[in-house]
Amino acid sequence: MITTPHQPDDVTVGTAVAPPTAPRDPKKIRWARRRRALAGFWRVYRQSRMGMVGLVLLGGFILLAIAAPLLVAKENLGVSHPPGPPLQAPSLDFPLGTDYFGRSVLELVIYGSRISLLVGFAATTMTMAVGAAVGITGGYYGGRIDTVMNALTNWFLVIPWIPLAIVLASILGQSLFNTILVIGLTSWAGTARLVRADTLSVKERPYVERARALGSSNWHLVSRHILPNVMPVIFANTVLTVALSILAETTLALLGLGDPRSTSWGIVIFDAFDAGALSAHLWWWLIPPGICICLVTLAFTMCGYALDEVLNPKIRER
Amino acid sequence: MGSRRYLLRKVLHSVTTLVFVLAFNFVLFRAIGDPVKLLTRSSLHLDPQEQQALREEFGLGDPLPQQFLNYLGDTLRGEFGYSFVSGRPVIESVAEKVGPTLLLVGISTILSALLGILIGIKGAWRRGSAFDTGSLLGSLTLYSMPEGWLGMILLITFAGTLGWFPSGGIESTDQLTGVAHLLDLAKHLFLPCLTLTLGYLGEFAIIMRSSLLEVMGEDFVQTARAKGVRDKDVRRRHAVPNALLPTFTLAFYSVGFILGGAILIEEVFSYPGLGQLTYRAIDAQDYPVIQAIFLLSSAAVIFFNLLADILYGYLDPRVKEA
Repeated sequence: MITTPHQPDDVTVGTAVAPPTAPRDPKKIRWARRRRALAGFWRVYRQSRMGMVGLVLLGGFILLAIAAPLLVAKENLGVSHPPGPPLQAPSLDFPLGTDYFGRSVLELVIYGSRISLLVGFAATTMTMAVGAAVGITGGYYGGRIDTVMNALTNWFLVIPWIPLAIVLASILGQSLFNTILVIGLTSWAGTARLVRADTLSVKERPYVERARALGSSNWHLVSRHILPNVMPVIFANTVLTVALSILAETTLALLGLGDPRSTSWGIVIFDAFDAGALSAHLWWWLIPPGICICLVTLAFTMCGYALDEVLNPKIRER
Repeated sequence: MGSRRYLLRKVLHSVTTLVFVLAFNFVLFRAIGDPVKLLTRSSLHLDPQEQQALREEFGLGDPLPQQFLNYLGDTLRGEFGYSFVSGRPVIESVAEKVGPTLLLVGISTILSALLGILIGIKGAWRRGSAFDTGSLLGSLTLYSMPEGWLGMILLITFAGTLGWFPSGGIESTDQLTGVAHLLDLAKHLFLPCLTLTLGYLGEFAIIMRSSLLEVMGEDFVQTARAKGVRDKDVRRRHAVPNALLPTFTLAFYSVGFILGGAILIEEVFSYPGLGQLTYRAIDAQDYPVIQAIFLLSSAAVIFFNLLADILYGYLDPRVKEA
């Protein structure tokens, strides 16, 4: 899909020093370097058609989520004063029909983008934070700590996700925060494993040894040298994890373990299912939220694949 | 010698994982969650005296290590307690639902793996062709679909509007025997199997495609071509067997996911299996059932992972050295 015979020039960035006339402000040099790396990255990314389609799709949904309060009056989403009659098929007034209470399905779906994306991003942040903490701790300290962290990671990799999430969610109770917590607590193991492997290689590099010889503390080494260099691995993983988190939220919602008060796309489908949409053929209530989930997940997955091609030159070469 | 040590290490690893799951379950339900509180939250209303009596009956007054040993013994004997809802022993309700779920999950796993592998091979071999682009996009779309929702849409379309298939259950009547019974069963299985197969096919196709692409760049494929081996034989005898390994492991690892996916599918299609049991248990906060299913499905997944590791060791002797 992507054909770039040459390497991006972020490879040479390390040696490309600013011209002698430029002010030698380290901050400016750093920012110039970052800008150049980003431009090089964008040049490669742009050539992936899949990545661009994903990015445009994703941008659309993010805009929708941001603009949702402007498009939809919040009181229309309450069940006490619904804007229309219940269970109406699509019409000019309600392009996607109405639900059991008489709320517009279109408005529910527009507002749902906020909750679904929020859960996706928040759960991913948590997954990444836990995964990075466990992976770096194990990889950096080694020895007994590593053995424990590694065993923990392997256990969480093996335990089947859905039963574990069900058990946790049913004990914690239903709230938006608990949904995020459950997804975060159950999905970090893959990230931890990748981060640990990368940490093991980064910590052996000469500059880490040099910093240690200069008297850096463990915290300084980890936060200033290890973490920034492990970041690309975490980042490439992030995009695919958001897609998985949104799907995970949907699964929890459909199992009846979501927060009924925060209407995510999953909750809209669950409400429809619960109200007997299958036997009553209320297709307009079921189909739109599912398509949105599918499109957003697809967008993240496409971006993730394109990123993988950029960040992993081994795949790109061929 | 090496292979026995490999086997031993893998078995040991599975056993420790199982013990971890058992301990985890214990901590969740006994140390953090109070079983009596969970019981009262779900359905029953008990006054403090009755709660105290229950606490003693459950042995909650004992020291934690003693409780853990009792719990281990009970679990190994298959005593998972009684359902809050039906009052029957949990193990009984689980046992009668295992068969239908194994049937559904087994067929779906095999079908999605087979179809996914075929699609992946065809796409990778003609990389960039219309088939490749189309199947990759299709696979990604299927992968992005919540399978419970896919099941609902298929149900509305094929059972509801078109009326080609029954809308749920596993048999129309229990009067049928022989071929008629099998046909009836097949009709009921068709839509749930289709849903699960479609839901997991994408992943197999994507993994098979990328794995074959990787193998196609290897030297031995080049050599085979240089020797003048026909294209078809390069694919069948040199490239595909080597690319199959990761997909093969995925098939075993997927059992857990497909088992989880079956929860919603069974509820959507009113299919009387473990999934439906799980769904209803969640709805009724029937904790003994939820716990038993968590333990049993974890054990099943751990077993399948072990099986995958052992078979992998035979298929690819290199991993034993590692």
